[in-house]
Amino acid sequence: MSKLPRAAELGLIRCHVCALVCRDTQAPGAACPRCGARLHRRKSASYSRTAALLLAAFILYIPANLLPIMRTASIGEVDDNTIISGVVELWVKGAPDLAIIVFTASIMVPMLKFLVLGLLLVCGKCGSNWAQHQRARLYRLVEFVGYWSMLDVFVVALLTALVRFSVFSSVEPLPGVVFFGLTVVLTMLASMSFDPRLIWDCGCDDE
Amino acid sequence: MSPAPLLICEHCDTVYRRISLARGQVACCARCHFVLERHHRLSANGLLALTATAMVVFIQANTWPIITLGLNGQQSSATLWGTIIAMWQQHAQIVSVLVAATLFFFPLMKMLLFGWVFWFARRGERGPGFRGVMIVLHYLRPWTMSEVFMLGVLVAIVKARAYFEVTADPGVFAYAALTVLITVFAGVDFRQLWDVTAERKP
Ligand SMILES: [Zn+2]
Repeated sequence: MSKLPRAAELGLIRCHVCALVCRDTQAPGAACPRCGARLHRRKSASYSRTAALLLAAFILYIPANLLPIMRTASIGEVDDNTIISGVVELWVKGAPDLAIIVFTASIMVPMLKFLVLGLLLVCGKCGSNWAQHQRARLYRLVEFVGYWSMLDVFVVALLTALVRFSVFSSVEPLPGVVFFGLTVVLTMLASMSFDPRLIWDCGCDDE
Repeated sequence: MSPAPLLICEHCDTVYRRISLARGQVACCARCHFVLERHHRLSANGLLALTATAMVVFIQANTWPIITLGLNGQQSSATLWGTIIAMWQQHAQIVSVLVAATLFFFPLMKMLLFGWVFWFARRGERGPGFRGVMIVLHYLRPWTMSEVFMLGVLVAIVKARAYFEVTADPGVFAYAALTVLITVFAGVDFRQLWDVTAERKP
């Protein structure tokens, strides 16, 4: 296979908004002639932004899991649910398939994001060209599944609106769900701030 | 207007000479295997019709009740806006705003803006504000979550079934239809509009 040329070597930049191929004039603040977006060779401050957002997400993820996300109350009986107790409840109530889906969306996906983005940051900082193809694939997976974590937030919101039988039965949201919602948004922002081109910037091992 | 002869991979910065794709063909990056370009499966007319359909289904999904619960003869049903208001009143305003944005305002904006650009693209033109609209669409892309909500409705039904009589209302079916339409839209690279349209002649 002949060597695949990269835009930086040819003095070209791809506009991140409209995908136009532009000549790299090296001028600071150069804009795309077609859509007017600022041209960057790489997303700006990708490592530090991704790291900061990921850390913030991780800090919020702790109360999101420890604090209850919703309270179900029926005559004289109050029950606080956490994310994990919600999964257990689905499993026990005879819906193991949905229990697995919720477990994946609420627990596996956020964990996967922390691990994968953490790994990408460390490998990038070390300038390693180890497992580039696998890392590129992991990044795409994280981008693809990321927003499905909102599932539990929507479930709590729906049940809150639905279960309103005054004293007989009611559901109310608890602070855990707010932390969880914010965790999902922050992890999404973290994966968007990461520039996948950095994976290939440490020398490409495919030639 | 013919598209630019070069193409750069979004994920690894590799430069390619653009080749014309046949129906159903997809060009992938040889280095990182990311999708470079897809063949347009639908014309601007087709996309406009699809957007209009999505709009109708979206209105139904948002006005019809989604689920009804029954307990000792009492009934309680919810719509999307009922859900947003309930979260606001229950002191989860942040969640209320998140739900309103990702399930109502962003999808609505997306459909209206798509409608706007496809309407003009039918004649290969760019409507007023084309540039701004395309930039907004670019940033909105990851922030609509109707398909996640659809799954959330199913989970809520199963959870509620243990305590209440649950009836799925027409809103659920509207959401199911919306999910299908969103999947079709996901395969459309609207950035190609930059290549296939030109400013209107004054
Ligand atoms: Zn590539």
